[in-house]
Amino acid sequence: MIETFENIVRQHREKDGNVISLMQDTQEEFGYIPREAVNYFSEALGIASSRFYGVLTFYSQFHLKPRGKNIVSVCCGTACHVKGGTRIAERVQRDLGVAADGETTEDRQFTFEVVRCVGACSIAPVVLVNNRAYAEMTPDGTSKLISQLKKEGSGAAR
Amino acid sequence: MQQGDEDKKKVTVRVCIGTGGLAAGGKEVIQAFKKAITDFCVDLDLDFTCHYQKVGCRGFCARDVLVDVVDGETSVTYQGIKPEAAKRIVQEHLIEGKPVTEWLIDDSYYAFHDKQLKILLKDCGTIDPEDIQAYINVGGYAGMKKILSGMTPDEVIAGIKASGLRGRGGAGFPTGVKWEACRKAPGDAKYIVCNADEGDPGAFMDRSIIEGNPHSVIEGMMIAAYAIGSSLGYVYIRAEYPSAVERLKLAIAQAHEIGYLGKNIFGSDFSFDLRIKLGAGAFVCGEETALIASIEGQRGMPRAKPPFPVHRGLWDKPTVINNVETLSNIPYIIRNGAEWYASIGTEKSKGTKVFALTGKVKNTGLIEVPMGIRLGEIIYDIGGGIIDNKEFKAVQTGGPSGGCIPASLLDTPVDYESLAKVGSIVGSGGMVVLDETDCMVNIAKFFLEFTQAESCGKCVPCRIGTKRLLEILTRITKGEGREDDIKLLEDLCADVRVTSLCGLGQTAPNPILSTMKYFRDEYEAHIRDKKCPAKVCKDLITFYVIEEFCKGCGACMRACPAGAISGEKKKPHKIDPSVCIRCGACFDVCKFKSVGRD
Repeated sequence: MIETFENIVRQHREKDGNVISLMQDTQEEFGYIPREAVNYFSEALGIASSRFYGVLTFYSQFHLKPRGKNIVSVCCGTACHVKGGTRIAERVQRDLGVAADGETTEDRQFTFEVVRCVGACSIAPVVLVNNRAYAEMTPDGTSKLISQLKKEGSGAAR
Repeated sequence: MQQGDEDKKKVTVRVCIGTGGLAAGGKEVIQAFKKAITDFCVDLDLDFTCHYQKVGCRGFCARDVLVDVVDGETSVTYQGIKPEAAKRIVQEHLIEGKPVTEWLIDDSYYAFHDKQLKILLKDCGTIDPEDIQAYINVGGYAGMKKILSGMTPDEVIAGIKASGLRGRGGAGFPTGVKWEACRKAPGDAKYIVCNADEGDPGAFMDRSIIEGNPHSVIEGMMIAAYAIGSSLGYVYIRAEYPSAVERLKLAIAQAHEIGYLGKNIFGSDFSFDLRIKLGAGAFVCGEETALIASIEGQRGMPRAKPPFPVHRGLWDKPTVINNVETLSNIPYIIRNGAEWYASIGTEKSKGTKVFALTGKVKNTGLIEVPMGIRLGEIIYDIGGGIIDNKEFKAVQTGGPSGGCIPASLLDTPVDYESLAKVGSIVGSGGMVVLDETDCMVNIAKFFLEFTQAESCGKCVPCRIGTKRLLEILTRITKGEGREDDIKLLEDLCADVRVTSLCGLGQTAPNPILSTMKYFRDEYEAHIRDKKCPAKVCKDLITFYVIEEFCKGCGACMRACPAGAISGEKKKPHKIDPSVCIRCGACFDVCKFKSVGRD
């Protein structure tokens, strides 16, 4: 882990980055921001860890906990909302057994999140699974997609 | 490939891989065409070579995947193409020369385009966004050459002022005036920043422009930099738009390669370079001073203005921040002249505006219309009217900062002043059409949920005001509204509007104010009668089975996640309201329309 941190700091110095780009690189590497990373960078760069957390909690891009293998993002932007995005979100929550936006299932297979507009409004409602957009989704269609992913997940585990 | 390919005629298959195109399977369609051609090559000596061109958003996303087959002078457009269709098109159209009529574009395609005027989007769906030469071939970078070969910065600014171009990000500030202020501001280092942090839910034109024609934005930024005296620009773009970021990176690299970016561009003493900064997901960063803080690596919180960014911006240097669509207009204005641009539109709103037409209209997509077109023309002529022939209720423009415009005002011309007059804004260009099944209180609540969550928390009126507004709206939608809530909302809206620090808070009340103005009866029904007329607000509706329609098929029973439905096969079922969680699954699944809502 330390080696990775060192690499990130070196690149960061080379390209004259800032706290945000440093955290973006870190998340790119780990999928979330480990506490150890903040401690390390704070020490190495002489920036108070509170400044890191200030940035991390301000921007919705950053995650402070590990995320699931599959990311299911249900768009609830305006166009998706009026076309039933919220109901898809409710269904996904039930299917995965997660209580809130941003939660990860216990087996770390899925993270559920609500996003506010992914800029694909003309094909609303949109569901993103691992960054692939699915157009004109329904609660049923999303359920099918998820059970398919569940099957693939358990297949790989065997 | 067989010998003599270079003598054969060239056929181009052009496939849309904008967001809509990709989601509909654009990449798979290209693969399918390639495979079909290869398969036919085995047995036949084809008299043509086939080339593939990936193009950005063509606007009519409702009919994706759109495919052009270009054979010499003739171009045939297909709609709704699936990978399975490729083989037939190759066989019947390319080999036998007879286009497949059943997939050809139809009247709605022409209706969708008839009233549009495409300037920015014209090249978007026809050129390869990953090839700088494609942009140059349609006149790209000619504007830049023109100004470097003999226009002074002041002349450029005068031209932009004369064109009447106003900021397309929402506020509508005259672009030339902004540039002039920055040019006149003292200081050596100045910056041009492209705001591509398109955060308005319901708008995606900036994404489509960058994905479809990234070089137009780069050229716009170069021209702006020349005019204000800057040699470094930043594009602040949402990390949530990965394909736009990739296209932009590629475009910048290509421009560098041929010397269009870098030192002494076109042999002049003008040097300009461009960097990309990824936004990290904060709606408030669309506000200029918050955006600057974010580029500097801080929490994106706005500060009081003045000083304005044109005087004190990025790293305290004079900075012009323009939105993607604004910048993308610039090359066309320089190329075709200010007079040409000023001849389009209305007296105070010039040129065209790109809108994301979405929601309950038949023809959803990205449209570009001359300013001054009537709302009704957009919704009924371009949009083709309401889906399932339901009744139009309102059109929401301007996202969370905008308002809802009712049917009685469909004659309103679309320009900055007219939309402001009816309580909405042009904004960045989201246009979400609502029908009779949409609850206006719910819509207002939806936007307040958004602004409340996105409020940065710096100033009290926005942080606490939006919270209280949302609480009041929430209790109204739960049937717990109080008699004086409408008055309370009005008062609080006025306070939040006047006292908030930045545009986010100042405009957050707009969705509430406009819906209360035009749909007051819906608020009253929620508060007094505890009813949601559109039957949307969960706590105010009950689901029941209409016995005479119910066939007892059991579909609803299987769909119900709460186990609230019981009944024997082929006999009318029953919903137990005490168990029902009002998710609407039974309503969706019933083929006989036998689930009612009250």
